[in-house]
Amino acid sequence: MNRQIRNLFGVIVIMFALLIVWTTRWTVIDATALNNNALNSRTLITALKVKRGRILTANGETLARSVKRPHTVFWTRTYPQGPLFAQAVGYSNLARGQSAGLERYRLDDLKGAQTTLNSVFGPLGGNQDVGDDVYTFLDPKAQQLARQELAGRPGSVVALDPRTGAVLTMYSNPSYDNNHPSAPCSDACQLNRATQGQYPPGSTFKVVTATAGIDSGKYTPDSTINGDSPKTISGVPLNNDNNQSFGPITLTKALTDSVNTVFAQVAEDVGRRTMTKYMKRFGFYDLPPIDLPRDELAKSRPYNAKGRPYLPASPNEDIGRIGIGQGGLLVTPIQMAMVAAAVANNGKLMEPRLTNKVVDPDGRTVRTIDPQVYDQVMSPKTASEVNLMMRTVVDEGTGTPAKLGSGVPFAGKTGTASIGTTGSGLTQPWFIGFAPANDPKVAVAVTIEKTNGEFGGQVAAPIARDIVQTLLSEGK
Amino acid sequence: MSARNRELFGLIPAALLVTAGFTGVFIQRENALSNVSLTYGAIFLALCLAGHIFIRLTLPNADPYMFPLVALLASFGIVMVYRVSSTDARQQAQWFVLGLILFMVTIVTCRDYRKLEQYRYLIVVVSLVLLVLPRLPGIGEQVNGAYLEIKVPGGLSFQPTEFSKIGLVIFLASYLRDTRQVMVMGARRVLGVTLPPLKHFGPVLVIWGLAMVALVLLSDIGSSLMFYGALLSMLYVATGRLSFVVIGLAAFAIGAWYLGTHIPHVNARFQDWQHPFDPRLYHAQGGSFQVANGIFAQSAGGLFGLGWGQSILSLIPFPQTDMIYAVITNELGLFGATAVLVAYLLFIYRGFKTATLARDSFSTLLAVGLSTVFGLQVFVIVGGVTRVIPLTGVTLPFISYGGASIVANFVLLALLLLVSDRSRRPVP
Repeated sequence: MNRQIRNLFGVIVIMFALLIVWTTRWTVIDATALNNNALNSRTLITALKVKRGRILTANGETLARSVKRPHTVFWTRTYPQGPLFAQAVGYSNLARGQSAGLERYRLDDLKGAQTTLNSVFGPLGGNQDVGDDVYTFLDPKAQQLARQELAGRPGSVVALDPRTGAVLTMYSNPSYDNNHPSAPCSDACQLNRATQGQYPPGSTFKVVTATAGIDSGKYTPDSTINGDSPKTISGVPLNNDNNQSFGPITLTKALTDSVNTVFAQVAEDVGRRTMTKYMKRFGFYDLPPIDLPRDELAKSRPYNAKGRPYLPASPNEDIGRIGIGQGGLLVTPIQMAMVAAAVANNGKLMEPRLTNKVVDPDGRTVRTIDPQVYDQVMSPKTASEVNLMMRTVVDEGTGTPAKLGSGVPFAGKTGTASIGTTGSGLTQPWFIGFAPANDPKVAVAVTIEKTNGEFGGQVAAPIARDIVQTLLSEGK
Repeated sequence: MSARNRELFGLIPAALLVTAGFTGVFIQRENALSNVSLTYGAIFLALCLAGHIFIRLTLPNADPYMFPLVALLASFGIVMVYRVSSTDARQQAQWFVLGLILFMVTIVTCRDYRKLEQYRYLIVVVSLVLLVLPRLPGIGEQVNGAYLEIKVPGGLSFQPTEFSKIGLVIFLASYLRDTRQVMVMGARRVLGVTLPPLKHFGPVLVIWGLAMVALVLLSDIGSSLMFYGALLSMLYVATGRLSFVVIGLAAFAIGAWYLGTHIPHVNARFQDWQHPFDPRLYHAQGGSFQVANGIFAQSAGGLFGLGWGQSILSLIPFPQTDMIYAVITNELGLFGATAVLVAYLLFIYRGFKTATLARDSFSTLLAVGLSTVFGLQVFVIVGGVTRVIPLTGVTLPFISYGGASIVANFVLLALLLLVSDRSRRPVP
């Protein structure tokens, strides 16, 4: 019988080998997939035990931090500044699987590098479950001012450092209390209008059209174009403001007085392909390259009457009206801040980013988020020419309300897009710009939703002026 | 070194493990090393020493490795159960003492274990009654959809299958010793397949039928696999006919397939086994939640595990019984789990070694049967937790929490040591 016993033992050894192989399958081979399985609440509970790091402003004010849930080992998040920074900071409720903003985008940094290899006796020394702090560039003073000056009107304020892409201000109305993200609210309060709101840019877009015209070599700031009104564009008459006719004027003068017919002609003359090429260089047709979750971003591009996006350079689009920021063109406020920033930074567009650096609990900088170039939109020569043109807008044109009291040169462009049905009188006022114009440190975009015929120069320019003034006095 | 001294030294790893284990769990729980852990270790070691001295006095020639291996597994088990619930561990320790007493009683009363042959029909009837007892209304208790426990007055529950497995092996060893010659001689070839004579094969068919009945009535795929596997193994060793095994396996496979596809609750188990991560089955009442979370616990363990006391127990259903292997893998990783399996394999190896050394067929078959049924039990529960086979709630011998399991397996150990002592006794 001994031969049979040996064979039988062989079978048992094989069966045990199967057990070890299957255990290996779960512990090693399929481990990553299983740990990430949606049904696996283990990962979540482990994450809840981690004291995530803080999110801070540029000067170290706390925007988000972890607090221990009473009588548990779990942590939750609290946001001391609430609605003031809600859109940028977002929120994170791991137990409900809800999160937004930087809280979501920088979750891995906030959780820190968790060691996977523990000894048999677990962590004996110290608590490893503490994450890293995330420092933003946000300036609390300017942020507060943006909220104050929007004065409850829906709208958005974005300020960037054109040299690095650092986001200095990002505030939109209405906001929400990110300590209670599930509380009901009206008017899409959780929509981050700075990166997701889509508005016709109106005349602020003439900066893009001017850039395309000059950088393509077809125009100079001194080129003369007929500014009579109305002009037939795409078979439909286009008027200037108050149907004013300017006669032959230079491109600079046309930007200063925001002459629609001139820029519609420039856009048609430059053509769809070239216009689209420059729009793409500015970041249009692409999600804003910022450190926020993708679903909190929207692309800036023209849409048809049915609300469907035109293909880039589509022959169906009305490029003349797009050239003056109408014609179905919808943009995000951050996109318009990027337009101003590109001109300000000698034509080199930097990717906007909220995060400055990640710092571990001992105060060591784990990593710095380096500035990234998005594109060289235009030559430095074109940039300086457009810069000068934008300075005259503030010095003597539609943008005079933005003049900085300190005498620091401010380059800008107003915009007043007509919205709603024809004759409704509703407008979308805008202002974009940068200062000091001779050495730009701050680029800004301000817009207010659906006003009753108010102009960008009247309502948006003063806000931009105060934001810029504050940020410059903060030493930005 | 004499066999008994080797056994004595073999207890050292168990003593170290139990002390280190309690220390680990205590540090994790109290953040301080209390001398309770050392006390636990000392008491446990004293019990093992008592067992050892008893073997030294009564079975001087028995295999020197089996008892230390059991001590190792049991000490590991008590640490794991303690880690899950200190109340359960205290009870488990009491069962351990009772098991040790029954172990000694078995050795004293069954000194000539071959006398058991005289009672084989009584033994098999009692075993079969124990097997179906959990299904009887009022006594039986349904746990996880399977009927494996009976309620004992006093709020305890008891798994009688643990004892019927020993009874059935004793019966089969005795029956096959008598009939193995006739089964081989009287075999006929039908359609090119060698079949044993029906007259002698009859009782074996009855057990096959019972295994199938167990599958239906007890919803218990694992137990029937365990009994039936032991039967086929012993049949193979007794007759040397592989064809019997092949026919038997084919019959089992057909039966299992038929029941798996036609009986709803057995089919549900198959579904849970095949698709544990299907959200529909996962969220179903009594669905694949248990299997899936056992797998998640294992994957979280990785190579080295999270460390003693690190498991999130609320996510592992039945952590001290059915899913204890998942807790082991979770806390000690692939390496820890493999070490446990290797310890079991070594024990089974010593059992088979005993079988080869035995001088009569009853002893050989008894040792083979007991070792096989022990090995199959480990396979059934670990295989269930690791999804090699559908999950059935049998205990992991000597490790899982469960009074009947500890006591019955100590009787199993006693019988193996009795066989071993006789076979290794120097021929006068």
